[in-house]
Amino acid sequence: MAFTEPKETYSGKVYPVTIGTGDKAVTCGGENVLPFHSFEGITPSRPVIAIEIQDVPPADWPDTVRKPYDAVSGDPVSWATFCQDELKAKALALRLVGTHPDRENRSPADAVKTVKDVLAAVQVPLIILGSNHAEKDTSVLVAVAEAAKDKNCIIGKAQEANYKTIAAASMANNHKLIAMSELDINLSKQLNILITQMGFDKEKIITDPMCSALGYGIEYTYSVMERIRLAALTQNDVTMQQPLLGDVGMYVWKIKEASAPEADLPQWGALEERGIAWEAETAAALMIAGAGLLIMRHPRAIKEVENLIDELV
Amino acid sequence: MALSGVEIFKLLPKTNCKKCGSPTCLAFAMKLAQRQASIDACPDVSEEAKKILGEASAPPIRPITFGAGEKAVKMGEETVLFRHDKKFVNPSAFAVEIKDTLSEDEIAKICQQVIDSEIDRVGQKLRIDAIMLSNVSGDAGKLEAAAKVIAAKAAVVPVIISTTNPQAAEAAVKLFADKRPILYGANTSNADAMAAIAKANKAVLGVAANGLDELSGLTEKIKGLGVADMVLDSGARKAKEIIAHNTLIRRAAIKKGDKTVGYPVINFMQRQDSLLEGLLASVGVAKYASIIVMSSIEKWKNLALFTLRQNIYTDPQVPMQVEQKIYHIGEPKPESPLFITTNFSLTYFIVSGEIENSKVASRLAVMDCEGLSVLTAWAAGKFTASKIAQFIQESGVEKDVANKELILPGYVAILSGALEEKLPGWKITVGPREANTIPAFLKTR
Repeated sequence: MAFTEPKETYSGKVYPVTIGTGDKAVTCGGENVLPFHSFEGITPSRPVIAIEIQDVPPADWPDTVRKPYDAVSGDPVSWATFCQDELKAKALALRLVGTHPDRENRSPADAVKTVKDVLAAVQVPLIILGSNHAEKDTSVLVAVAEAAKDKNCIIGKAQEANYKTIAAASMANNHKLIAMSELDINLSKQLNILITQMGFDKEKIITDPMCSALGYGIEYTYSVMERIRLAALTQNDVTMQQPLLGDVGMYVWKIKEASAPEADLPQWGALEERGIAWEAETAAALMIAGAGLLIMRHPRAIKEVENLIDELV
Repeated sequence: MALSGVEIFKLLPKTNCKKCGSPTCLAFAMKLAQRQASIDACPDVSEEAKKILGEASAPPIRPITFGAGEKAVKMGEETVLFRHDKKFVNPSAFAVEIKDTLSEDEIAKICQQVIDSEIDRVGQKLRIDAIMLSNVSGDAGKLEAAAKVIAAKAAVVPVIISTTNPQAAEAAVKLFADKRPILYGANTSNADAMAAIAKANKAVLGVAANGLDELSGLTEKIKGLGVADMVLDSGARKAKEIIAHNTLIRRAAIKKGDKTVGYPVINFMQRQDSLLEGLLASVGVAKYASIIVMSSIEKWKNLALFTLRQNIYTDPQVPMQVEQKIYHIGEPKPESPLFITTNFSLTYFIVSGEIENSKVASRLAVMDCEGLSVLTAWAAGKFTASKIAQFIQESGVEKDVANKELILPGYVAILSGALEEKLPGWKITVGPREANTIPAFLKTR
């Protein structure tokens, strides 16, 4: 007797979201099945990996991930062009971490200059991220959204405390928007509803259910993502059909496994490979759960995740 | 597929004889449906009904153990497709391939690597679970010689023998006859001979098919030959096919009750590049592989994979907890700050991560609140002034610190007054509400 393949057809689909302009624009989402289930539906786009750069030198990054950028990371423009030209980045994520009041406390005007310079130097799509300081992000992101008008960037992250101003600025300047909530499918849904109630197009949102690193709560992010995807597909829930973001690098490169020397913990093995594997594994697991957009740091981790995607699509 | 009480009732004699101990056949059927009774209690049930009930009550994916002793590996028994529905039961086993073309020294070295792979993480012992010896030489003598080395050097490690040649298989499998090995490589052309060897040596039989149709036909045939315990290889090797086949197999077994594929799955993930191999393995961990075969087992890769497996296979209904104790972040001196929080693992990870980010060496007192976060624990009466006071006093941290100052999470600022009363001589400082402002908080002190 032949095997009957129990294929599923779903009523919903994930919105395709395109970022950037011209030849270098990229799209994520658009599938009507669970991640990489091309055997039973359409999966028109591969997950997009954006390489993270910052407005200030990454002095706080561990050696493994700081070194590949040492020659260029003193200046955001040279860092950005290096990622585009040498690492063949398909997208960049510029994190304006230097605007944080506890860091360099750079002004919105400083941030605008950085964003304009980077946009002038590269052609690949740009994700522009604040410093995750809810209050400061309002002033910084409003200013940079305007400075990047019509470049079809992603602006982030809008959270419950500050979404109104950031969503309005993103809408007025024709950008996409990251909506972030903290590891809870209901909070995520609620924030998407609040943002769309302002008149923001639901098909221009990227949902960030909050990332966590392998070994540090990844199972929560994994299951929230999986549940959001199932709600989008099986229940055709239009508030859950946005592509999902995995902001991987930031969460991985601050944990002990990414920086503890082998001499201290011989049973953990080689430090450099360990850190790279940690970032790549975190990204891989979240892609399987539903992440269509990833923000990553280490060139080798990015390359191997791209190789994995080659095998998956 | 589990039957309902009414479906079971239809199969019973309907005599209400009470011999089973239940007042009526319907009551007995309801007990059977809830697995509170066994069909054997009914003396008059037909053999046919027994067979139907027996098959229906068997788990959709057959439980199989391979290897023997304390390192034996349990597989199968899964009941769901998504971990948020219910805990995934038996974690994927990692196996390393040893080719029979390697020298005795090289084989012994890998055996030692497997034995040394065990590490402790969050209270669990994690290791490379098995060795797969593959007959790449095609020579029966070489396979047997290599098997002897493994039997001697890694006696406690569960073994998979991989060959499609029944003569080679027989000699090698015999060496592990009392250790429940897996004999992998029963295909359409050798199934009869391989099934006979598996039966004679009490081995689990690995079925190697070319596609799902062939797989389901093969397992049916082999079951007919009297082998009950199998592991499945659909022939999928690329990540895309592995996800497709593993998903279809799991769905067919669980949602459709298809017994022909109701067995654990073995996936071959060997790749030239070790990092890529690790990523393939992580796809297997997430997507239903019971055994993942790799070509190398570096410590850094093992650590990442062990951690992912542990994370994916935790019970989603039970909050992950960390041990109650005073954690040192950096190398705290007597005058370093002392924080307190609850033992919900996410709370611990986030708070300790932010303290680490601040680069200020500190002590973090983690109190057992049954895995609840700070506010929930406070609301549930588990994170109260008197309980915190008792924990701090019993922890003995007092003798390690120069200043008796305790930093309390900002969300429970309300406890600070009561806590100062219960902990005489201590200064209670209200810390930040959110962990991400800990670095700023420490900077301004």
